[in-house]
Amino acid sequence: MYQSNTLQNKQHAMRKFKDRFAKYGVATGGIMVLVALLMIFFYLLYVVQPIFEDVSIEPNLTIALEDKHKTLALGTDDHVETAYRFTNQPSLEYYQLHGADKTQLITQFDINNSSEITAFAKAMPHVKQYAYAFADNSVVIIKPGFKIGFANNRRTIEPRIEYPFGRDGLTIATDAPINKFAFATTSENDGAGVVYQTQNKSAVFYSRLLGEVNFMTDEIEWSQSNVELPNVTGEVDQLHLTADLSRAFVLQNGYMYVFDVRNANKVKLVSQSRVVEHGVKVTASTLLAGASSIVIADNKGNVAQWFEVNAEQGREFTKIRSFKSDNTNINGLYPEFFRRSFVATSSSGHLDVFYTTSEAHLYADKLLDQAVLDLAISPRANAYITLTSQGMHLFDVENEHPEVTWSALWQETWYEGYGEPDYIWQSTSASDDFESKFSLVPITFGTIKAAFYAMLFSVPIALAAAIYTAYFMPAKIRTVVKPTVEIMEALPTVILGFLAGLWLAPLIEEHLAAIAILILFLPVAIILFAFAWHNLPRKLLNSLPTGMDSLLLIPVILLMTYLLLEASPWFNDVFFDGDVRLFITDDLGISFDQRNSLVVGIAMGFAVIPTIFSIAEDAVFSVPKHLSNGSLALGASQWQTLVRVVLLTASPGIFSAVMMGLGRAVGETMIVLMATGNTPIMDWSVFQGMRTLSANIAVEMPESEVGSTHYRILFLAAFVLFIFTFVFNTIAEFVRQRLRDKYSSL
Amino acid sequence: MKDWFKSGSPWIWMTAGAVSISLISVIGLLVMIAARGLGFFWPADVYEFDVQQADNKQTIIGEIYDREQVPAKRLKNMGIDLGDFQGETVERILIKTGNREFVELDFRWLLQTDIKKTDTPSGLGVFERSRNGNFYGYVDKVILDGQQVDSARLEELIERAVDISEQAVDLQNGEIGSINYRLEKMRLEERALELKDKLTDERIAEFEQERKQLKESYQEFEKELFQLRKALDRDEVVVKDMRGELVTLRIAEVLDVHFPNDMSALQKLGRFFVQLGRFVTDDPREANTEGGVFPAIFGTVFMVMLMAVIVTPFGVVAAIYLHEYAAKNTVTKVIRIAVINLAGVPSIVYGVFGLGFFVYMLGGSIDELFYPEALPNPTFGTPGVIWSALTLAILTLPVVIVSTEEGMSRIPSSLRQGSLALGATKAETLWRIIIPMASPAIMTGLILAVARAAGEVAPLMLVGVVKMAPTLPIDGNFPFVHVDRKFMHLGFHIYDVGFQSPNVEAARPLVYATAFLLVTVIVALNITAIGIRNHLREKYKSLEH
Repeated sequence: MYQSNTLQNKQHAMRKFKDRFAKYGVATGGIMVLVALLMIFFYLLYVVQPIFEDVSIEPNLTIALEDKHKTLALGTDDHVETAYRFTNQPSLEYYQLHGADKTQLITQFDINNSSEITAFAKAMPHVKQYAYAFADNSVVIIKPGFKIGFANNRRTIEPRIEYPFGRDGLTIATDAPINKFAFATTSENDGAGVVYQTQNKSAVFYSRLLGEVNFMTDEIEWSQSNVELPNVTGEVDQLHLTADLSRAFVLQNGYMYVFDVRNANKVKLVSQSRVVEHGVKVTASTLLAGASSIVIADNKGNVAQWFEVNAEQGREFTKIRSFKSDNTNINGLYPEFFRRSFVATSSSGHLDVFYTTSEAHLYADKLLDQAVLDLAISPRANAYITLTSQGMHLFDVENEHPEVTWSALWQETWYEGYGEPDYIWQSTSASDDFESKFSLVPITFGTIKAAFYAMLFSVPIALAAAIYTAYFMPAKIRTVVKPTVEIMEALPTVILGFLAGLWLAPLIEEHLAAIAILILFLPVAIILFAFAWHNLPRKLLNSLPTGMDSLLLIPVILLMTYLLLEASPWFNDVFFDGDVRLFITDDLGISFDQRNSLVVGIAMGFAVIPTIFSIAEDAVFSVPKHLSNGSLALGASQWQTLVRVVLLTASPGIFSAVMMGLGRAVGETMIVLMATGNTPIMDWSVFQGMRTLSANIAVEMPESEVGSTHYRILFLAAFVLFIFTFVFNTIAEFVRQRLRDKYSSL
Repeated sequence: MKDWFKSGSPWIWMTAGAVSISLISVIGLLVMIAARGLGFFWPADVYEFDVQQADNKQTIIGEIYDREQVPAKRLKNMGIDLGDFQGETVERILIKTGNREFVELDFRWLLQTDIKKTDTPSGLGVFERSRNGNFYGYVDKVILDGQQVDSARLEELIERAVDISEQAVDLQNGEIGSINYRLEKMRLEERALELKDKLTDERIAEFEQERKQLKESYQEFEKELFQLRKALDRDEVVVKDMRGELVTLRIAEVLDVHFPNDMSALQKLGRFFVQLGRFVTDDPREANTEGGVFPAIFGTVFMVMLMAVIVTPFGVVAAIYLHEYAAKNTVTKVIRIAVINLAGVPSIVYGVFGLGFFVYMLGGSIDELFYPEALPNPTFGTPGVIWSALTLAILTLPVVIVSTEEGMSRIPSSLRQGSLALGATKAETLWRIIIPMASPAIMTGLILAVARAAGEVAPLMLVGVVKMAPTLPIDGNFPFVHVDRKFMHLGFHIYDVGFQSPNVEAARPLVYATAFLLVTVIVALNITAIGIRNHLREKYKSLEH
């Protein structure tokens, strides 16, 4: 007895435990669903968030410079493991930036030249070339290099010095030593250009050097052409030469002269503009990466970007935008290697970081107590190395996505080479100098346009069909019709898209006139048929079951469509001179894509119809019968009852149906991907395509690099879609739940 | 008339019209896909046209592909001479002429006015080839190992060649593939040992030994393969094409021949089913524009099954929680809204999430932890079938939840109360009463989820689908199931072949056929689900009374 009791107790405990276990297990499972939704939300945010992060600059280390040589330029290697500096000794020195012996001098290369240094210049950062001008009129170009080796599975870096144009450099044919110069070289190192002013300080010269390999001696022989730049006399402030040897810039007394130097024999002045107000001085200037923009800072703290745009009188240098810094003592501007970002240094130790295209003033703070004399940005823009009277200071920089700001995403932006600010989505291109253009406006617009046309097509049909099915149709037919329409919701959209792209689009192009007429006259035909039917003898009408109207109309609509399509060549002939497409493009001047919004509207409309139909039909059907019966009993007609009683009661449900449909139209991918040309243009025209957020993700996501700005912006696009549909669905669901509560009380 | 308008009757007719339009479009769509898809398999007659354009007379042989009416005016504007033709429109016929290597375009438009004579001559053969598409022409002679033989033996020779090439493919994919797989595995094992600093000389010697063995057997198989290929090269067939020239085709390249003009309706029907069968079981050829779709079917089914295994437990547990355990409070309400929202989130967003979270984050971590030897080549940190299944599992979760919950809400509460009154715990009631009774509803949900997943393409484009997968996710190499592999999918196949292939015109019938296959599967699944649901409703209706 006792034993069986314990057994029972044991069993009881076990059952209790199981019961508990099931309870918590199931609850965990249920909560997981919520977690999944939250996870999607937060994961998207987690990926997107870095693009809106601020720039951070943290000091890393300081290298005290013991020698008394003057530093002419600084730089680091790709991995910020070694820094280098050019001195007026002249020498190139390398310092360790990481590991146990950091801040130590690694090697020093002396640049042997018997003459005195008269000037020093650096090329655009990504070229990594520096040049000394000596009193013997030679220009020695130097490239700091690193030999990377692997020893014991570890990467080692051995600094080197390279002379791409030889140790003796290039000799410029000039009468006096060079005082100031700028240079650029061709990528194969077989040519160079030098803009310079000599110590006479009278004129500015341009020298174009061409190297040719002598077949006999295998030595490079240099030929050069020297020209004096027109219109400039007297001492100049700054000189620049673009990396592709096409433009030379001269800044002098607040004026900027731009020369076309592509052909050394035909150098001409392209533009001459006053870049600062009277009484204001230009304190610094630099070319930006890509070299089509120049940035100019003045002593009032204004930093302005200029580039060439197409104007009425040809191409013209125009001030595009200006930034305001709190520092009136900007003494240097330094561009990044590849992005349109630059740093402004000041003699008070302040640092400003800007990004031109997104008009972002990314950073402004006092970093150092002394004047910043020089600065170099590491190749990957993840470190700055600065020079002050105390030595070299290394800063760690986090500036991953400067090109993205709220305004660059959603407002008109003026990109280099464009005539005016515009909304542009263009994420990749073949060219290296290319700047990605990430405006979400055109693709958001495309999404709205596609959804708009789809709704225009589907809402009337779906709602009318839902009303008829729920309110007028005999129950027996309804049980067939409803699932039939709903089956369409299950159809893969890839099939709808493929039919739209390969079958519907050519069909519409061919029979445009007939289809326009069909859309206009189908209602008229239906009413005419109905009227004829109405006037048929009563006897015949009574013999047919009621509520079959929709079935009767099927042959009518089919016949009408068939006739119109058959007559389509005739319509084309009469209205459009035989060819619709030619007529629209030539006579009306509207551009016409075969895969256009009309096709998308119809195809996506069909995809949305079952969604709207199903929910709206439920809403109309669930209106309590006693309401409509009461109305009918009081003498209202069927139609009056429908409009005044049934639809009114069902309106929240219908609203929720439309919302659901909209949510689906906004997020649909395959149909728009296949039925449009996917060009991100902004145009409401029915005859043009669009690119939607979803199609854009599908097209570009597989090619985007993980963690890049492009990748994150595509995530942002997904996030925007998520929020769109979240809002629509939540509204729809709330409305539906309220409706349900209301009816349960009726 | 005015009274009639006042009665609202015209508006009712208009709503009826909307129903008609919806019905026409649904049924029309299905019928069109069926007609075009199935038409692909029907052996069409091959025509011979005598065409005269200006002074240029030629014979064109091919299948009629499409017809259209073109306004005569437009043709005249284009500078085409229509002779003394007077009508409004001219019929234009698209001919598939095949013989791709001898003509510039294997499709060409012919104007009805240019055609002088149309015929379907007997003896005109359609050669299906493994390269360059179909060949049309008359059999001139059949050559067996250099000797001319009776033309009737053609089919026998083709069968032999197909057999041999099948053997060759089996050998290549089977034995030789296994050796390559093993070699790659060994490389990774070696690298793994090296990373752990456990690569002793002994082990190296072992590896070398095995490698040597593998190489030896590889050479043997290769020899065998060469022999097969040589045997394959034995026979030829000489065919007279539409230019009147004799073309020698290697029988090794001919997969099949048939003479549609000589076939009876019954023979054609037989041929129809043969072609249909081949379409379902063959591998694609010629950049997917010809051949079958077997890998795509396999990939779709495999992925969907994997997904079903993942989604069912989660969906059912979530539904049980919501219906049986959750208190009626705000949290439950929020969860319900979350479920509805999950159902409404665009599928591409799931794709993005799957790519970022599953592939790069989860897959990347798995690679670092378990497959460091393969890095920097990713194993799981790249799109694959497992990630596709997981992504679609989240996507279809709401479908299963909603369907299961609906099924449970139909179970009368008297049953629950009865069970509890007899002393069963809640878990027991659930396990013995509720779940068995709700199982058809769970099944319905699962079927709907499978149907949805089978048709979904957009997210898969990001998380695992490819246009051409060299290997199936299941093969004879240990561990037999490779969930990290990429796979082919019917829906993506439609997109890829219809929109990305170089010869869209040639591939179009195949796209229709694929679409028909996909639609059939999905509609069948849905109808089954609806059937089960209706059956269930009837069943519980009787319980309620």
